[in-house]
Amino acid sequence: MSDVLRHLGTHYHYVIYIALMLIGLFAVLAKGNLIKKVIGLNVLQTAVFLFYISIGRKADGTAPVLWDQKPETIPYENPVPHVLMLTAIVVGVSITAVALALIIRIKRAYGTMEESEILVLDESDQQGSA
Amino acid sequence: MILAIDLITHGPLLSIGICLVGLLGIVAARKAPNVREGISLTTAIANFVIVLLLHARFRAGADIGGTLVEIVPGVSLAFRVDALGILFALVASGLWIVNTLYSIGYMRAHHEPRQTRFYSCFAIAIAACMGAAFSSNLFSMFAFYELLTICTYPLVIHAETPEARAGAKRYVTYLLGASICFLLPALFLIWSAGGSNPTLDFVSGGLLAGSEASHMTLGAAFLLAVAGLAKCGVMPFHSWLPAAMVAPTPVSALLHAVAVVKMGVFGVCRIVFYVFGVDLLAELGVADVLVVAACFTIVVASLVALVQDNLKRRLAYSTISQLSYILLGAALLAPAAGLAGVAHIGFHAVSKITLFFAAGAIYVALHKTKVSELDGVGRRMPITMTAFAIGSLSMIGLPPAAAAVSKWYLVEGAIDAGRFAVLVVIVISALLNAAYFLPIVWRAFFNPVPEGEESGRHEAPWPCVAALSITALLTVGLFFWPDIIVDLAAQVAGYGGGAD
Amino acid sequence: MLQHLPVLTIMVPMFAGLLVPLLARVHAGIVRPLTIGALGFSCFAAIHMLLHVQGGHPIEYAMGGWPIPTGIGYRVDGLNAMVLVMIAVIGLLTALWMRRSIEDELPAAARPGYHAVLLLACTGFLGITITADIFNLYVFLEIASITSYVLIAMGRRRQALYAGYSYLIVGSIGATFILLGIGHLYMRTGSLAMADILAQFQANPDLYGMSDVRMAFAFLVVGLAIKMALFPLHGWQPGAYTHAPSASSLFIAATSTKVSAYALYRIVFSVFGTEVLVSGLPPVRDALLAMACAAIVLGPLIAISQGDLKRLLAYSSVGQIGYIVLGLMLLDERGLTGGIIHFWNHAAAKGALFCVAGALVLRTGAARVDDLAGLGRRAPWTASAVTVAGCSMVGVPLTAGFLSKWYLATGALATDRLYVVPVLLASSGLTAVYVWRILQKVWFAPADVEPRVGAEVPWSMRLPTLVLAAACLVFGIAPWSVEFARDAIAALGIAP
Repeated sequence: MSDVLRHLGTHYHYVIYIALMLIGLFAVLAKGNLIKKVIGLNVLQTAVFLFYISIGRKADGTAPVLWDQKPETIPYENPVPHVLMLTAIVVGVSITAVALALIIRIKRAYGTMEESEILVLDESDQQGSA
Repeated sequence: MILAIDLITHGPLLSIGICLVGLLGIVAARKAPNVREGISLTTAIANFVIVLLLHARFRAGADIGGTLVEIVPGVSLAFRVDALGILFALVASGLWIVNTLYSIGYMRAHHEPRQTRFYSCFAIAIAACMGAAFSSNLFSMFAFYELLTICTYPLVIHAETPEARAGAKRYVTYLLGASICFLLPALFLIWSAGGSNPTLDFVSGGLLAGSEASHMTLGAAFLLAVAGLAKCGVMPFHSWLPAAMVAPTPVSALLHAVAVVKMGVFGVCRIVFYVFGVDLLAELGVADVLVVAACFTIVVASLVALVQDNLKRRLAYSTISQLSYILLGAALLAPAAGLAGVAHIGFHAVSKITLFFAAGAIYVALHKTKVSELDGVGRRMPITMTAFAIGSLSMIGLPPAAAAVSKWYLVEGAIDAGRFAVLVVIVISALLNAAYFLPIVWRAFFNPVPEGEESGRHEAPWPCVAALSITALLTVGLFFWPDIIVDLAAQVAGYGGGAD
Repeated sequence: MLQHLPVLTIMVPMFAGLLVPLLARVHAGIVRPLTIGALGFSCFAAIHMLLHVQGGHPIEYAMGGWPIPTGIGYRVDGLNAMVLVMIAVIGLLTALWMRRSIEDELPAAARPGYHAVLLLACTGFLGITITADIFNLYVFLEIASITSYVLIAMGRRRQALYAGYSYLIVGSIGATFILLGIGHLYMRTGSLAMADILAQFQANPDLYGMSDVRMAFAFLVVGLAIKMALFPLHGWQPGAYTHAPSASSLFIAATSTKVSAYALYRIVFSVFGTEVLVSGLPPVRDALLAMACAAIVLGPLIAISQGDLKRLLAYSSVGQIGYIVLGLMLLDERGLTGGIIHFWNHAAAKGALFCVAGALVLRTGAARVDDLAGLGRRAPWTASAVTVAGCSMVGVPLTAGFLSKWYLATGALATDRLYVVPVLLASSGLTAVYVWRILQKVWFAPADVEPRVGAEVPWSMRLPTLVLAAACLVFGIAPWSVEFARDAIAALGIAP
């Protein structure tokens, strides 16, 4: 038991990222409102960002900016995950932008943002055309 | 000279090619029926001449063939002329000429629609037959086998009536279904049985002779292959054949007495003699399954034929029964029986096509399709019904008709193999054949023309009569001079030391 | 210039994609030539690289001159050269094909943008294929995905918007999983260069036992399975294919899911090593085999009852992607050959069929299977293309599809997975049912039915259709694709 607790104590960032991820997934899957789904997606992505940042962490690390010290002499944070996440954040923003643009068009075309209502309308469309 | 060179390397291709050239001609001349039919006939004759030349060169000992393209190692599109192939090619190409003649008379008399599609598909069908006949490996044969199924579909659905659609659906479901479900896995198994050097080539004496694959695998492969060749009409994979009788009579005649069904039994002969080999099959013991299925089919199909009133359906069931003679001959694994089976491919073809021609002629001239309506037809159409009588004799196995020869050898083979039960089946079947054919002949010649019908002579158009006379004469001729077919069959079956 | 071909293959369509909307304001006529030119260049480059890598001469390219593993590397070997050719050729044919189709389906203002998005999608797919850096793969995957969402959502009916949105949500979840997988892998190996990671696995097979490596592999496989619409994760696909503009359906159906399948090949061979399937995580292999077999049978089974041609083809794609995954999971030379040639074979057949679906939409306004009635009479060229492509889908001998099935089946026999053979045959049989249903309508419609298709489509649409249909025959008779696949397998290190 104490092992588990100690593990949680040193690896609490995993707990946070998994919790965030599940919250995000829950919102994406369970919410009917299209915007809430996108918010869920953003939470999910944020969980991944946090995960990446946390794996670049080094105890007592500083910013990976070298002035005059040799890199071996001081601990510093791994910069690669940060850089990767910059890209991923850009990707996430782009996806959110496309999603919101689509939601605006959906709202105009269907007059609603609720998934259940859209499905009903789609079905009646199909019956109308058949 | 050029032709001679080409015949050696590309003879089989030439034969397929001429059919396809004919196809182009037929499509190009679709607006001019006379030219179109002229091209059909010319192509048929040219093809037959090529096959005859190939036959002559083959008899002279030439090794004709080559590989066109290798698709997978050991799996190629390749051709080679051998005894079984040239026999099938001779039968199919020779009867195509007669059948084209007959078609012209039949289709015109009937003012059938879609004649260009009809002649085009016929040309492709013959090309497929030539391709299968000359295939030097199982894959090539499989490819042309499938092509034949696909290109005969438009012929079966020709009338495009609901019955034609239903019949065509059944036709394609059975044939494609069986070949996908059974023949294709058999190919996989046979190819894989080759171990590190897999191949599908036909080898005289058996490709798999000496294979290290387990008996279980080989036995399964044999049964799958035979079941996959549903065109041979063995029960329980036969019901496409009566369904296909919705097609116009020339189609039933050539395809369902000669090309399509013969492709099926030809395939089984290939499997027995060239893929597995008689010795291996004797060791495996699986050929007995085929013997039983064939005997069952022979008797049951004859019984069913007995109660059919529709003439074409009766002929269809007779075909199913007769095809099983060929299977039986191959499956008995005795040289004489093998000879009988292979020779029956040719003899049954000329006899059965005569019967179909006669049935079609009666339909064209008098619009009768039922056996019960045939009273006195012999007096109105004496030539046709005489031909029909000759065909019937051949089916029963009585001289002077061709199939008597093959039945004789089959009896010899059954005795050699020590299968007396098979002898009983052959005798019963001959009696049944007599029971469903002779009443037709009797009715036609000895019953009076019914009241209220004209009684003057009224034969079908001359091309039809000419065609059926030719095949009837062939049926008799082959009884007296059967050597052309029997020699080839003896080579295939290794009869009398004639193995190649 | 030649040594820069790997990067130019990607960059030319990308910059063309950026230029198109700008130049369209100046002169609208430039959009189409520029698009075709850029994709034509990619095509040329891809084919050139394919021929160059034959015989085991992979092309390595370091972006900006940064040495690998510090910088991002591109690497072209026999496998991805084939996929590059597939993407570029389909892209080019789509660009050639789509003029009349998008004039019909898209408003004039949207057309330059559509060209730009298509070019960027092509960039994304090509990038996924060519890169040798696993994070770069993710970035290109997102470029391809975002553009695909847009390509789909531009369909003229409102269902297209919702289909695009659904795909966006599902696709983003898949991509996030992939990102997580990459993170776990990086956590253990400290590297993003594929070759570097593979070297670590080969040096230290104990890594396969590490829980984070297992997490990484599982996340990557699930993410990619969503992206490639592997049964039962295919839910997004039928709606997306059905409602997208015809040109999008054509391009995405013929490339998108297969590029994700390629990514799975790459991750197995070049990141984890094939050992991950054999001794590392065999349950994943079993699960993927089961999913592939289920897809192969159920895809065509569901397709049979569809009334909409595009939806029918979408379900058929669900089955076809199963072949590619199956080929990989057999991990046998023959099976892999079957899987790899199926990239080309399926692209050709499905491409031709979606061309026909697009032609049907152009002529009748919808893609109903029933509207194919009488096509053979009115549009014999298009009808012939359906016939050939359909036969290839079934696997008729001498068409490309037969070879795929042949190699997969014999590969299964060679690895003693007998159950695969009936699965493949059942799939052939079921495919034959729906193809026959289509061909029946095309060629044997009752004479009294007036065909809804009035006339043949213009040559700009007909020619790409015929090229793709011809490819189905060529790849079935002249086994070039097999030669290339063998070379690819040799380069991947599975001994022939």
